Amino acid sequence: MAKELKLMKGNQAIAEAAIRMGCDGYFGYPITPQSEVLEHLMAERPYLTTGMVVLQAESELASINMVYAGASTGKRVMTSSSSPGFSLMQEGLSYIAGAELPALCVNVVRGGPGLGTIQPSQSDYFQTTKGGGHGDYRLITLAPASVQEMYDFVELGFDLAFKYRNPAAILSDGVIGQVMEKVMVDDYKPRWTNEYIEEHCPWAATGHRAGGKSTIVTSLELEALKQEAINERIQAKYRKCEEEDARHEAIQCDDAEYLFVAYGSAARICMKAMELARAEGIKVGLVRPITLWPFPTKAVAEIGGRMKKILSVEMNAGQMIEDVKLAVNCNVPVEHYGRYGGVIPTPVEIFEALKKMVK
Amino acid sequence: MTEEIIIAGFGGQGVLSMGKILAYAGIMQDKEVSWLPSYGPEMRGGTSNVTVILSDERICSPYLNQFDTAIILNQQSMDKFESSVKPGGLLIYDPNGITHHPTRKDINIYQVAAADKASELGISKLFNMIVLGGFLKVKPLVTPEMLHKGLEKSLPERHHHLIPKNEEAVEIGKGLLKPYHTL
Repeated sequence: MAKELKLMKGNQAIAEAAIRMGCDGYFGYPITPQSEVLEHLMAERPYLTTGMVVLQAESELASINMVYAGASTGKRVMTSSSSPGFSLMQEGLSYIAGAELPALCVNVVRGGPGLGTIQPSQSDYFQTTKGGGHGDYRLITLAPASVQEMYDFVELGFDLAFKYRNPAAILSDGVIGQVMEKVMVDDYKPRWTNEYIEEHCPWAATGHRAGGKSTIVTSLELEALKQEAINERIQAKYRKCEEEDARHEAIQCDDAEYLFVAYGSAARICMKAMELARAEGIKVGLVRPITLWPFPTKAVAEIGGRMKKILSVEMNAGQMIEDVKLAVNCNVPVEHYGRYGGVIPTPVEIFEALKKMVK
Repeated sequence: MTEEIIIAGFGGQGVLSMGKILAYAGIMQDKEVSWLPSYGPEMRGGTSNVTVILSDERICSPYLNQFDTAIILNQQSMDKFESSVKPGGLLIYDPNGITHHPTRKDINIYQVAAADKASELGISKLFNMIVLGGFLKVKPLVTPEMLHKGLEKSLPERHHHLIPKNEEAVEIGKGLLKPYHTL
């Protein structure tokens, strides 16, 4: 089968992408609003076609540790969850980052704190971009704003995870997870062979490397100087990642006097607010960070630096605004507009917030 | 062309599937589409709604609070969404179970008595398609041919023999459409 146009939910697109890009295994536990990921995988039964393992684990803790194990062998493995479940995975993610392993995790965010609500939110920005687990590590964080990006970022997430041997996250929310849009899906790609993994992943514990010494995958190093050296190596990767892989989309910024900075579903709603604002003569642009870590600091500094004021629009109480302020070095006034606890801001509300800021 | 639609009613009335069929028909007609359901506790026996957008351009926000068209199938949804229709927009509703009829004077309002007709004909499962017919009569966004293809795409193959019945229901809905207040 060649490329094909489908109508899919964002969550289904994640699952479909995993099957088609040659993912080796998915381990997860159901939670609203992302249950369609596991549902779609179970319905498609890729274990009968591509050989991809799909397993409903007994908990999120089990899921992330299964991912840890699979990643240790050089396989492309992933999990998905939503906020409370993702919190349970933080210890595992820290271990995976510490052991320098590639893996993909998807968080379709719902309102918190605690069990919170099942409605959409972006309140896990801090957790995902600043490290929800312990230790000096980062998650490479992609923020899809459409079903097509939900699809595309699965392969991109794995590519970045393997490039840096570090876990990558797709930080989505209930809107992008539940909405159905057109998505162009790729042809099926074969999973990596054991030979390919042995050649390209010398760090992997494959169990059958001929004549070589055994590979040990661990995040433990008790000797401080050696642990420091590991940290230095990890930090060097992060500097390279910041340099090479920060991504963003700039929309109508050329003539803009004011700027929205927003990601994911909030960015989509801002695009509608832009229409309303431009119809009334307010020249507003949008920078949409595509990677939340590394944050597109240079782009926000360069574009934001030309603006009169910046409005950081988020479905939370003000989290990304800190990175926006750092990017423009507080040379431009930055304000926040957000709704939270599962409430989605309307285009009109955002437009009103912009008008208030412009005054 | 961009048409922003809210379809709202009780869970089980076929609100989501009506939206899905419309979205599929839109795709067949090379349009950009978006289908965003209410999800969660609302779906379990309570009210249910879906925002459907068909457009010739890239769709900005899938989440909206103002609509070109509201298709309303119960009183709760009337209370919630009558005020969300853009001035000059369209409201279509089934008067069955409606105690407070719409009062807006700046929009076009039509009735489709789909529930009564469906029970009269013993085709209660096609209720939503009758409503859809009423809507397509006012706004022929998708051609009958594309609707056919949309039904083929959105229904599992084991139900394809029911497509002609769905199409008949759409035609019935077109005939039932009754102006309530027009500009």
